[in-house]
Amino acid sequence: MPASDAMRLNVGAATRPRFPLRLKLGSLVGSSETGLKASHFRRPWLAAGLLAPQLLILLFFFFIPTWKALSLAFVQVDPFGATMIFVGLDNFTMLFSSPEYRDSAVLTLWFTTVQCFVTLFVAGLFAFATDQVMRGRAIYKGVILLPYAIAPAISGVLWAFLFNPTVGPLAQMLHELGYAWDPNRRPSDALLLVSVAAIWKHVCYDYIFLVAAFLAVPASVIEAGAIDGAGPIRRFLTITLPMAAPTIFFLIVMNFVYGLFETFGIIDVITHGGPAGSTNTLVYKVYQDGFRQLDLGSSAAQSVVLMAIAVLFTVLQFRAVERKVNYQV
Amino acid sequence: MVERHIWLSLFCHVVLLIGAAVVCLPLYFAFVAGSLTVSEVQQVPFPLVPGDHFVENTVSAWKEGDFGRLYLNSIIVTVGIVVGKLAVSVIAGFAVTYFRFPFRMTAFWLIFISLMLPVEVRIIPTYEAVADAGGPLRSFFGAIGLTGFLASTTGYQLEAALQWNMINTYGGLILPLIASASATFLFRQFFLTVPDELCEAAKLDGAGPLKFFRDVLLPLSSSNIAALSIILFLYGWNQYLWPLLFTTEKEMYTAMIGLKDLIPVADAQPAWHLAMAASFFVMAPPALVILLMQRWFTRGLVDSSK
Repeated sequence: MPASDAMRLNVGAATRPRFPLRLKLGSLVGSSETGLKASHFRRPWLAAGLLAPQLLILLFFFFIPTWKALSLAFVQVDPFGATMIFVGLDNFTMLFSSPEYRDSAVLTLWFTTVQCFVTLFVAGLFAFATDQVMRGRAIYKGVILLPYAIAPAISGVLWAFLFNPTVGPLAQMLHELGYAWDPNRRPSDALLLVSVAAIWKHVCYDYIFLVAAFLAVPASVIEAGAIDGAGPIRRFLTITLPMAAPTIFFLIVMNFVYGLFETFGIIDVITHGGPAGSTNTLVYKVYQDGFRQLDLGSSAAQSVVLMAIAVLFTVLQFRAVERKVNYQV
Repeated sequence: MVERHIWLSLFCHVVLLIGAAVVCLPLYFAFVAGSLTVSEVQQVPFPLVPGDHFVENTVSAWKEGDFGRLYLNSIIVTVGIVVGKLAVSVIAGFAVTYFRFPFRMTAFWLIFISLMLPVEVRIIPTYEAVADAGGPLRSFFGAIGLTGFLASTTGYQLEAALQWNMINTYGGLILPLIASASATFLFRQFFLTVPDELCEAAKLDGAGPLKFFRDVLLPLSSSNIAALSIILFLYGWNQYLWPLLFTTEKEMYTAMIGLKDLIPVADAQPAWHLAMAASFFVMAPPALVILLMQRWFTRGLVDSSK
C-alpha cells in the first residue's frame, strides 16, 4: 500500500464519527467521587440551588405520579372515588386473564417486531446504497431524512388520506386491482396501514445511524477485503455488517421503544384502535381504558406493566450503547 | 480506493431513487389534494396533477381552524420546552459534575431513574398531577398539621389557596415534558470531557463558580446547546398525546391538535383538501429546521441517543 494511502487511512480512523457523550452503566455505580471533576467547588448551598429546579420538576411530574400509578395498581377505587380498598394483585390477575388484554399484548408484540425489522432492513438497504454511490449522496440523504421532521400524527394523516377507502388515490388503485381495501372494516388492512405509516416515519432514524456506522468502517479493512478478492456485496456482508453490529443492536432496541410508545399519534389519527381492537396496542389501551372507559384500577395496572417493559428496554439500551465501542481496529 | 462496479452503482441509484420517491409520494398526493376543490378531491380516479386552489385552501383551512391562535400556542409551548429544558438541565449538569456536596450521588441517582420511564407509560397519574398540582402540597401540609394550625390561628385557608389546576394552561403543557433528565445527562457527559485545567485556571484568577460557568463552561457548550435545541424543537412541536389530554378549550389547542380536528370523520363532508393543505403549514417549521440545519440536527440526534 502506498504511503499516501496509509496517511489517509490514519486520518480516516481519527475523524471517524464517534458517539461522544456516551453513558456507561458501569461508570455510574461507584464511590461518591464518581463523575466529579478533579477540580471542583465546595459550595453545597449553591449546588442545591442549581439542582433545585430539576429536582422539583421531577418530584411533581415524575416521582409523585409514578408513585401514584404504582399504588393505584394495588387498590380498587369505587366509582365515586370516595373509598379505596387494598386488593393486592387482583388488578393484575384480572388484567392477565382478560382476553382483550392478551389480544392487545400479542398484537403489540407482532406489530413492534414487524415494524422493527422491516424498518431496519429498509434503512439498511438505503444506507448500503448511500455508502456505494458517489454522486447525489447529499440530495438522497436530505430527502430520506425528511420524515424525521414529520410528527407521527401527521404521518398518520398523510397515510390515512392515501389509503382512505372512498377518496384515497392508493386505495382506488387497490380497488381497481380487485382488492376490496377497507381499513375501517377489515382488521388486517387497518394493521397494515398503521404499520406502513409507522415504518415510513421511522426509517430515517435508523438510516442516520447506519450511514454513520457504515462510514465508520476503516477503509483499510475494506481494501484488504478487496485485495483478497471479495466483491462489494461479500465485503458488505462479512466486514461492514459485523462491524456495525453494535449499532444494529442499539437500533433494534430503539425501534422497539418507538413501536411501543411513540406510535400513539399514528393510531389515534388513523384507526382509534379499531376496527374490533385490531390496532389497540398496549399504550393505546392504557389511554382508552383510563380516559374513555375511566377504569382507573385496570389502567394503573396496565401502566405498571408498561413501566416494567420500559425499564427493561432502558437497561438493554444502556448495554447497547456500551457495546458500541467494541471492534476497535 | 477499491474497484467500482457499474451495475452495482446503478442498482444503488435505483434503490435510492425508489426510496426518495416513497418518501415524497404521500407529500406529493397531500399537495395535490390540498390544491383541489371539495368536489374535485372526491372524484375517481384521483387526479395526478395539482389544481390551482392551494393558496385558497390554505387560507380557508387557516381561518376555519383558527390557526393564528393555535400556531401562537405551538410556538409558546415549543419555545417553553426548549428554553426550559435547556436551562434546567445545564445548571443541574453543572451542579452534579462541578460541586462536592452531601447527597451528590443521591441527587444523581434520582435524576438517573427518571430516564427509565417515558411519559407515555404514566399518562393518567401525570394527568392527575397536572390537574391538581397543589395536591401533594395539600396532603403534606395537612399531614404535618400546618393547615389546621393556620386556619385556627390566622383564619387563612391553606386548602383553598393550594388548588392549582393546570389543565388548559401553558404550564400544564410545558412542565411535564421538561420532567425528564436526558438533557441533564448530556451536559454531564460533556462537562466530564472538559479539561480540568480550565477550572483550575479560573479558580487561580479568582473566578467563583458562577463566573466560571458563565464565562467558560457556557461558551464551550454552545455547539451542544445548538444541536440539542434542534432536537428539542422537533420534540416540542410534534407533541401530540400531551396537548390532546391537557387541552379541552379550543383556544389552548396546539397546531397539531387543530390539524387532527380538520380530519374528516366518517359521516361528515370529506373536506380532505382543507386537512391536506393544513398539514403543510403544520409540518413546515420542523421541516425547514431539518432542511436548513441538517448537520446540527444529525449531530444532535446522535448525541441525544446517550
